[in-house]
Amino acid sequence: MLGRTANGTFWMARYLERAENTARLIEAGFRMALTRDAATAHEEWRSVITTVGQTGLFEELYGQDYAGDRVWNFLLRDKGNPGSVLAMIEAARSNARSVRTALTREVWEAVNETWMVLTEALSRPVREALLGQVLATIRRQATLVRGAFDGSMLRNEAYNFSRLGTFIERGDNTARILDVKYYVLLPSVAWVGSSLDNVQWESVLRSVAGDRAYRWLNAGAMDPRGIADFLLLDRRFPRSLHFCIDKLRSNLAGLAHEYGHESEAHELMRGLGTRFHETGIEGIFDFGLHEFIQDFIAANQQVAQAIERDYRFYA
Amino acid sequence: MSQSPSSYDEMFEADGTVRPAYAGYREWLHGQDAASLRRKGIEAESFFRRTGITFNVYGDTAGEERLIPFDMIPRIITAREWRKLTKGIEQRVRALNAFLHDIYHRQEIVRAGRVPQRLIAENAAYLPQMVGMVPPGGVYTHIVGIDLVRTGPDEFMVLEDNARTPSGVSYMLENRETMMAMFPELFTKVSVRPVQDYPRRLAKSLAACAPACAGDRPTVAVLTPGIYNSAYFEHAFLADQMGAELVEGSDLRVVDGRVAMRTTRGYTPVDVIYRRVDDEYLDPLTFNPNSALGVPGIMDIYRAGGITIANAPGTGIADDKAIYSFMPEIVEFYTGEKPLLQNVPTWRCSEKDSLAYVLDNLADLVVKEVHGSGGYGMLIGPTASKKEIAAFAQKLKAKPANYIAQPTLSLSTVPIFAKSGLAPRHVDLRPFVLVSPQGIDITPGGLTRVALKKGSLVVNSSQGGGTKDSWVLED
Repeated sequence: MLGRTANGTFWMARYLERAENTARLIEAGFRMALTRDAATAHEEWRSVITTVGQTGLFEELYGQDYAGDRVWNFLLRDKGNPGSVLAMIEAARSNARSVRTALTREVWEAVNETWMVLTEALSRPVREALLGQVLATIRRQATLVRGAFDGSMLRNEAYNFSRLGTFIERGDNTARILDVKYYVLLPSVAWVGSSLDNVQWESVLRSVAGDRAYRWLNAGAMDPRGIADFLLLDRRFPRSLHFCIDKLRSNLAGLAHEYGHESEAHELMRGLGTRFHETGIEGIFDFGLHEFIQDFIAANQQVAQAIERDYRFYA
Repeated sequence: MSQSPSSYDEMFEADGTVRPAYAGYREWLHGQDAASLRRKGIEAESFFRRTGITFNVYGDTAGEERLIPFDMIPRIITAREWRKLTKGIEQRVRALNAFLHDIYHRQEIVRAGRVPQRLIAENAAYLPQMVGMVPPGGVYTHIVGIDLVRTGPDEFMVLEDNARTPSGVSYMLENRETMMAMFPELFTKVSVRPVQDYPRRLAKSLAACAPACAGDRPTVAVLTPGIYNSAYFEHAFLADQMGAELVEGSDLRVVDGRVAMRTTRGYTPVDVIYRRVDDEYLDPLTFNPNSALGVPGIMDIYRAGGITIANAPGTGIADDKAIYSFMPEIVEFYTGEKPLLQNVPTWRCSEKDSLAYVLDNLADLVVKEVHGSGGYGMLIGPTASKKEIAAFAQKLKAKPANYIAQPTLSLSTVPIFAKSGLAPRHVDLRPFVLVSPQGIDITPGGLTRVALKKGSLVVNSSQGGGTKDSWVLED
């Protein structure tokens, strides 16, 4: 397979995952903002922008005005934002077009339809009354692509590169959410156990679609350490860091099997896997939650770069 | 220009009787109700959009993709008509290849005084780099599209030869797919020869032209300018259907005396390149130095026999409109036979008498640029205003050798499914021809382009034309 094609399938998946994650972040922010006073709501929206790493661009365009509709329109469809959901869907579709021959017809059509549906849904500013519907459409389209992918693709290198893109992006996303909100989960904060905490915790869980799973596992009880454990280490939860690491390892193993040898990315991945396997949640808190997350983001990025190099994504 | 009453309609005789070719289809059509047909038409359009069967129009807002309108009434050709056509096409394609070999070698046809030297020497499509070299397998035009028009029951004429990189074959295939999906029962009523194995035949034909250094299973790649090219869909479609790699210039480089593509495992040699990039952009070291679409050094490898380029560089000289006017002589010179397919009568404005005639009769003629394509830069006398004609006359006088003129033909019509029901519209036909050392292979069918505007003679998709499924009936 061409290096450019590997690159295209990898980035198609990354953009789709990122678009979906952005929609989830908006959803959590929106819910949070609804239950708070205006000042706190602004803070919440500010942290959403921080999480996607767009503070500089947003403030350049709109200053400190973190009004909800401004933030979600910026994230969904702003022409000045190259990281908007719309821009990412366009990028995903453009990548899919350029690697058309590596995808099944079903996957291509699902991606193309997603682009058509969202271009239409995001053609005008999204009003508050329609936000929920638009976000649901984004989630549904992402699910459609995932289903087409799962149900029709050969488990070959194109599949593996695409899945690597998905889980690199997903791990990065969960880590960034935790990185912005880690203080909420620290036991040292004075007002532990207040109702405010509960709302904050729930918001973190919600932004990775983990609220129901967590409640189900813990019979409704919330505690910060348990939430951190769940999001970092629970290998059953599809958006936890450890889950992403497991998937990356298995897709890299698939490539090693097909190619008959390992590469630098495998080496790096092994190191990351070992660290997660050997460090329990106690160890993470001793090491420093913030530092641990930062380390993960850097290591995840290194793996991505190693994949790009090892498999000749660029000339 | 309003539709001339003398136009030959392929479905109906003048008194409204259906012609035999369409009898089976017409019978089926009678059993359909208009509303459900209309609904099917809308479904077909959304199918094309979803599948991404679109083309980009140059000059439009960046990235805009349009559909080529599809009309659901098929264009039907009888087995007898097709047999006759294929004989003529085969003869013509054989002559085109012999002509190309000759003008890049001894130029016997020039020495014999049948084609003027200046038409070749002064032609930008003539590539000195090709002089004296024989492409692998001796084939110049691996894929040819012959544009045919019809003016009467037995009168098919060649309007244009496409010897560079003819496009449109994906529409031939997708139109058939669409028809079969919409009206499966129709194909059990009428026996239509299949076109679906074109990609397999193309792959086989290309592989048969591989250079000597290729192994048993030659590696074939389709070279595309990229996703913003107007025909990108077709490039991806053909690569996909052939199971070939779809490469861009940046994926290729010269490695150890071969052209190789950058795969995830390293550089792998390519044996045959089906290129959809113009000559000019093929090799920045030989042609346009600013080209980012080609492969630096590919021409050296090509000349050394390390790769097959399909179609060969420099084939444009054979489909130039000035050369076209010599095709009857060319066919006769190389085959020793009278041409089976006629040319449209053509005036070469480079010749003094012809120029004078053309200038006097601009209002009745179609004038085309010698190197133009896609319906751009032409004058259609009967529909042009006085002002347009006067302006064109100036251009013509300034550079007469740049133009040829043809009579306004009364092109045949086939009905389209219009709002008001069946309505006749002018059509042409582009059959696709594959050439390899194993022979000439013509897929039964082709691309029928149809002018959707009443009376219009311009069928080009860039000018608002549509397409039809083209049927060749079984014997």
